[in-house]
Amino acid sequence: MHIVVCIKQVPDSAQIRVHPVTNTIMRQGVPAIVNPYDLFALEEALRLKDQFGGKVTMLCMGPPQAEDALKKCISFGADDAVLVTDRAFAGADTLATSYALAAAVRQISREQKVDIVFTGKQTIDGDTAQVGPGIAKRLGLQLLTYVSRIAEVDIENDRITVERRAEGGVQVLRTAMPCLITMLEGTNEMRFAPLENMIHAARYPVRKWSKEAAGIEDITKIGLKGSPTVVSKVFGPTPRAEKALMQSVEDASPRDVTLNVIQKIFTQHPTLERDILAKATV
Amino acid sequence: MSEKFDVIVVGAGPSGNAAAYTAAKAGLSVLQIERGEYPGSKNVQGAILYANALEQIIPDFREDAPLERHIIEQRMWVLDEQSFVGTHFRSDDYNKPPYNRYTIIRAQFDKWFSSKVKEAGALVICETTVDSLLMDGDQVVGVRCDRQGGEVFADVVILADGVNSTLARKAGFHGEIEAKNVALAVKEILFMPQETIEARFNVKDEEGVVIEMFGKITDGLMGTGFLYTNRDSITLGVGCMLSDFKENPNRTAPYAMLEKMKAHPSIAPLIAGGEMKEYCAHLIPEGGFYAVPKVVGNGWMIVGDSGGFVNATHREGSNLAMTTGRLAAETAIAAKTAGKGFNAKALANYKAALDESFVMKDLHKYRDMPNVFHDNSQFFTTYPELVNRAAQTMLTVDGIDKKTKEKEIFSSFRKSRTLAGLAGDAFKLWRAFR
Amino acid sequence: MSEAEAKKPAARGGRNLELPEHLKAYKGVWVFIEHDRGVVHPVSWELLGEGRKLADTLGVSLAGVVMGGADEALDAIAKEAYTFGAESCYIVRDPVLKGYRNEPFTKGMTDLVNKYQPEIVLLGATTMGRDLAGSVATTLSTGLTADCTELRIDPATRALAATRPTFGGSLLCTIMTLAYRPQMATVRPRVMQMPDADPSRSGVIVEDRLAMIETDIVTKLLDFIADENNNKVNLAYADIIVSGGKGMKSPDNFKLVWELARVLGAEVGATRPVVQSGWVDAERQVGQTGKTVRPKLYIAAGISGAIQHRVGMEGADVIVAINTDANAPIFDFAHHGIVGNAMQVLPVLTETFREHIAMRSRKAA
Ligand SMILES: Cc1cc2nc3c(=O)[nH]c(=O)nc-3n(C[C@H](O)[C@H](O)[C@H](O)COP(=O)(O)OP(=O)(O)OC[C@H]3O[C@@H](n4cnc5c(N)ncnc54)[C@H](O)[C@@H]3O)c2cc1C
Ligand SMILES: Cc1cc2nc3c(=O)[nH]c(=O)nc-3n(C[C@H](O)[C@H](O)[C@H](O)COP(=O)(O)OP(=O)(O)OC[C@H]3O[C@@H](n4cnc5c(N)ncnc54)[C@H](O)[C@@H]3O)c2cc1C
Ligand SMILES: Nc1ncnc2c1ncn2[C@@H]1O[C@H](COP(=O)(O)O)[C@@H](O)[C@H]1O
Repeated sequence: MHIVVCIKQVPDSAQIRVHPVTNTIMRQGVPAIVNPYDLFALEEALRLKDQFGGKVTMLCMGPPQAEDALKKCISFGADDAVLVTDRAFAGADTLATSYALAAAVRQISREQKVDIVFTGKQTIDGDTAQVGPGIAKRLGLQLLTYVSRIAEVDIENDRITVERRAEGGVQVLRTAMPCLITMLEGTNEMRFAPLENMIHAARYPVRKWSKEAAGIEDITKIGLKGSPTVVSKVFGPTPRAEKALMQSVEDASPRDVTLNVIQKIFTQHPTLERDILAKATV
Repeated sequence: MSEKFDVIVVGAGPSGNAAAYTAAKAGLSVLQIERGEYPGSKNVQGAILYANALEQIIPDFREDAPLERHIIEQRMWVLDEQSFVGTHFRSDDYNKPPYNRYTIIRAQFDKWFSSKVKEAGALVICETTVDSLLMDGDQVVGVRCDRQGGEVFADVVILADGVNSTLARKAGFHGEIEAKNVALAVKEILFMPQETIEARFNVKDEEGVVIEMFGKITDGLMGTGFLYTNRDSITLGVGCMLSDFKENPNRTAPYAMLEKMKAHPSIAPLIAGGEMKEYCAHLIPEGGFYAVPKVVGNGWMIVGDSGGFVNATHREGSNLAMTTGRLAAETAIAAKTAGKGFNAKALANYKAALDESFVMKDLHKYRDMPNVFHDNSQFFTTYPELVNRAAQTMLTVDGIDKKTKEKEIFSSFRKSRTLAGLAGDAFKLWRAFR
Repeated sequence: MSEAEAKKPAARGGRNLELPEHLKAYKGVWVFIEHDRGVVHPVSWELLGEGRKLADTLGVSLAGVVMGGADEALDAIAKEAYTFGAESCYIVRDPVLKGYRNEPFTKGMTDLVNKYQPEIVLLGATTMGRDLAGSVATTLSTGLTADCTELRIDPATRALAATRPTFGGSLLCTIMTLAYRPQMATVRPRVMQMPDADPSRSGVIVEDRLAMIETDIVTKLLDFIADENNNKVNLAYADIIVSGGKGMKSPDNFKLVWELARVLGAEVGATRPVVQSGWVDAERQVGQTGKTVRPKLYIAAGISGAIQHRVGMEGADVIVAINTDANAPIFDFAHHGIVGNAMQVLPVLTETFREHIAMRSRKAA
C-alpha cells in the first residue's frame, strides 16, 4: 500500500505575537512546527503501513525550511519525503495550494501508484479545512473528511470502510481506493521515535521539487495568480470599550460582592432572570 | 543501535554549537543531541554577543546571523530608591565596523548557529535528552538517551549541557553545585516599536545601548540589573545569588524584584508602553575561577556553563562558552589526528589551551570578586544610597555653601562605616578588579 | 471590530482583480440549508438571518438550497426557511441525496450554481458544510473563506467582505473574492444571531433534478450511529454556561463549577487545559478548537482569558469572571469582574443565586 500524507509547516500559534502597533504577525523567533492536526493523519498512515506493509511518502508545499518538518515525519517512520518549493507558489490560497499539491501527488503516483492520500483536518494557521477536499476534487479521488476511525481495509478489492464524524453522530462510509482522507484530531497518538530513526531522519535527503519537477503545467493556477481570494485587511481584535466592572473580595465581603454582581446583572438583563427562574433547580 | 561517531556533543547552546561546528567543519563525524524542541527553545532570550569569540569560529558570521543592534553606548548606573548616579560611555569608534558587541535574541541566534552546524555536516537531533554517559571502565564511550534504542557511541563526548550539568554530576566528575556559586536571573523581553526605542535611547538604525545597574534594585542582595536594546524590543532583567535569595529576610521573590526594578523612576519611563513578550528565569554559574570543576577526563570534556565558564563581573558567558566549545573540538580533532586514543592524557591539551586563553586568564583575574561582593553587602545597599544622596546634596541649589555640603556628605559616609572600613572596602574592590 | 472600510486591494503579481463581464450576471444570495434525519441545523437559520442583511444591502433576493432524499419533508424545510427570510428555495430531491455524501451533494450544488448563478453562497462551518464547500469551490474554481465571524458588503466593489480569525485568533483578516463568482463562505454555528421567525412570510419553490443514479456513486453510506448522549451536552446553544479553567486547581474543586451550574440550570464549559487534564469531557471545551458559544450569561471561574478561549465565548451577552489576578486578560472583555479566589467566591455566588432564586420564585408563586 502506498500512502501519501500531506503536511504543512506552521508557526506555533501558541507562541505567536502580534505587533501591537502595526498589527502584523511577528514571525521572528516563532518556532515552526508540523501542523499538529497533520500528525493524526501521519500516525494513522503509519498504522496502516504497520498492518499492511507498503510505503508512506510525505508531501509538503512550503519554503525550504519546511524540510525540518518533513525530517521530523521521517523520524516518526515515514519512508520518503518530497518538498514542493518554488518562489512561484508564494501567496497561494487554498485553491492554488490544492492545485500544486494535486500535481505533486500525481507526480508521486507516477513513481508508484498511490492508494490513499491523507491530510489533516485543518491547519492551525489557515484553519480552512479546504485543502484536503480541494486535492480530492482535482484528482477525482473519493473524499472522506473528518474520519474518526478506519474500520476496515480490503486490499484485494481496493475498498475501505471508515467512520466519519458528522453533526450528532458518526457516518459509516465505504468507498473505493484511491481515496483522500482528512483525519480527525484526537483519534490516535503519535508514536515516540526511537533514537535510530532520529539519526536516520537527521541524515535523510528530502527531495525538493520545483514547480516543473512537480509537474505543474498551468502557472496561472498557482501562487498569488491562482488564488481567487484576496486578503484586503488584517487587524487586531478591538478591545471592549469599557473595562469590566471590577470588585475585589479584599474590599468587600464575598457575599456583598456576589450580591452586587447578581443585582447588576438582573437589573441590566431582566429576561435573563426570567430564564433562570424558569430553569433553575433550587 | 551500534552506531559510533567521532564526537557526540550534548546540548545545542553556544558552547555545544561551537564545538559541533568546529569538529564537523574539520571533517569529524558529529552527533549533537539537544533536549529542547529546537536549538534555542530552552535558552534564555536576549543577550549580548561578543563578536570576537564567534569570529574565530565563523569569520563571516555578520553576513547572515540574526544580530539586533551593535552597542555604541554603555551606561553604568548605581541606583537608590528614587535616583541613580551613573556614567555613560559612548564612542563613535563603536560605530565603525566590524562591530564588537551586539544585542541578540538567543532563540533566533541559537537557531541560526544550529543551521550552520548542520551545514558543516553535523547531525543534529532535538527533543532528545541524554540521561547518562556510557562507560567502559573509566572511559566515556557514548551516551544513553531517553528514546528507545537510546545508546549511541563516540570517541569523545563533549558536555555542553548548561549550568545544571546533571550529566557530569551523575558521572561523578564534579559535585553538587553550591547555591553560593550560582545566580538566579529573571528577565523579560518587552516589545517596543523601533522608533520609540531609537528616540528614548538616542540611537539610530542599528545602534544600541546597554545599561548595567546595581544598588537598591536587588534589595540588598548581591546582584545586578541590566537593560539591553534590541531591534524592536528591550531586554531587561535582574540577577542575584541563589544563596542570597534563600537567606533574604524580606523573601523578595525574583519576579517581584524585577517588577520593582521596572517601577524605578529612572527606568519606568524608558520601558513605558512596552508589551511583555517573554519572561524567564535561568541560573548563571557565577562561582568564577574557584568554582570551575575538572573539565577533561577519559573520553570527555566539559564546555560552557556546565563548566562554570562565566565572567560574572563583566556579564560575559556566551563568548566563554563558544571559546571553550571551540577549544574542546580542536582538542578532539588533534587527538583524532594523533591517533593515540582519547583518554585524559590524549585530551589534556584542552585544559592547557583554556589556561592559555582569555577564558582562564579573566576568570583568574576576577577570582576574588564573587567573595568580596558576597561578604560585603554594603556594596549593594549602603553605598548606592550614599552616593546618590551625595549627588543630590551637591546638585541641589538651596543657598547652602558647597563646603558645608561636602562635610555633610563625608560625615554621612563616616556614619555608616568607619574610615578604616571605607578604606578596606576600597582596597578589597581594587584588589578584586585588579 | 474596526469600522474602517476595507480598502480596495491593489493588484499584485499580475493578478486580475476586476470581475470579468460574463460573471456580472451572477445575482442573489444563497444559503445552503443543512439537515440530517429530519432536523435542520440551526446554523442554517442563523445564516438566513445574515444572508437577508446582505441581500438587502445589495438589493437582490435571498434563497435557500435544500437537498435531500425523495421521502424527506423538504417542502416543510423550505416553508420554515421563508419564515427566516428566504424568498425562494431551490429543492433538489433524489433518492441518492438521502443522508449526506460528498459526491452527489457536490454535483447537486455545482449544477444549481452553474444554472442559476448566485453571487454569494453561504454554508455552515459544520462537518457537512465544510466538506461540501471545499469541494464545490474547487469544482467551480472560485474563492471560499472559511469560518467567518462577520460578513459585510464592501461598498466600493459590492463584493462580499468576509472577516475571519487567523493565526489562532490573534488576528482578524478580511477576505474578498473579487474576480470570481460565486463568492463562498462558511460560518460557524452560534457566530451569527438567530433571526426571529416571521410565520407570515412565504416564498416560492424551484425544483430541480439531479442527473445521477446510485450506481454512479462510489461511496456508500452504510450506517449512521447517533451519539448516545446527543442531547445531553448542548453547549453551543446553551443560554447559561458556567465554565472553569485551570485556576480551579483540581478536579475536586471543579465540582464547585458543577454546583453553580446545577443551581442555574446551566451547562458546564471548560478551557482546553482542563479538558486535557481529563477533568471534563472534550465536548465541553469552549474556544478556538472547541465550541463557539453565545449564551446570555457566561460565568468564567479561574480562566485567564487566552485569545483561543476568548474567540469561543466573547459573543456572550453577559460575562462574569472570577480570577485572583486583577490583571488577567479575561477582565479586558468580561462585563463583571470579581477579583478573588474562586474556591471561596463560587460557593458564595452559588448560595447567593440560590437565595435570590428561591426568593423570587416564592414571590412569583
Ligand atoms: C539572564 C542571563 C543573562 C545573560 N546575559 C549574557 C550576556 O549578555 N552575554 C553573554 O555572553 N552571556 C550572558 N549570559 C550567559 C550565557 O547565556 C551563558 O553563558 C551561555 O548560554 C552558555 O552556553 P552553554 O552552551 O554552555 O549553555 P546553554 O546555553 O544553557 O545550553 C545548554 C543546552 O543543553 C541542553 N541540554 C541540557 N541538558 C541536556 C541533556 N541532558 N540532553 C540534551 N540536551 C541537554 C539544553 O536544552 C540547552 O539547549 C546570560 C545568562 C543569563 C541567565
Ligand atoms: C492551537 C491552540 C488552540 C487552543 N484552543 C483552545 C480552546 O479551544 N479553548 C481553550 O480554552 N484554550 C485553547 N487553547 C489554550 C489557550 O491558549 C490557553 O492555554 C487556555 O485557554 C488557558 O486555560 P486556563 O485559563 O484554564 O488556564 P491558565 O491560563 O493557566 O489560567 C488560569 C487562571 O486562573 C487564575 N487562578 C488561579 N488560581 C485561582 C483561584 N484560586 N481562583 C480564581 N482564579 C484563579 C489565574 O490567575 C489564571 O488567570 C489553545 C491553544 C492553542 C495553542
Ligand atoms: N502547504 C501545504 N503542504 C502540504 N499539505 C498542506 C498544505 N496546506 C494544507 N495542507 C494539508 O491540508 C490540510 C488542510 O489545510 P487547510 O485547508 O489549510 O486547513 C492540512 O491539514 C494539511 O494536511
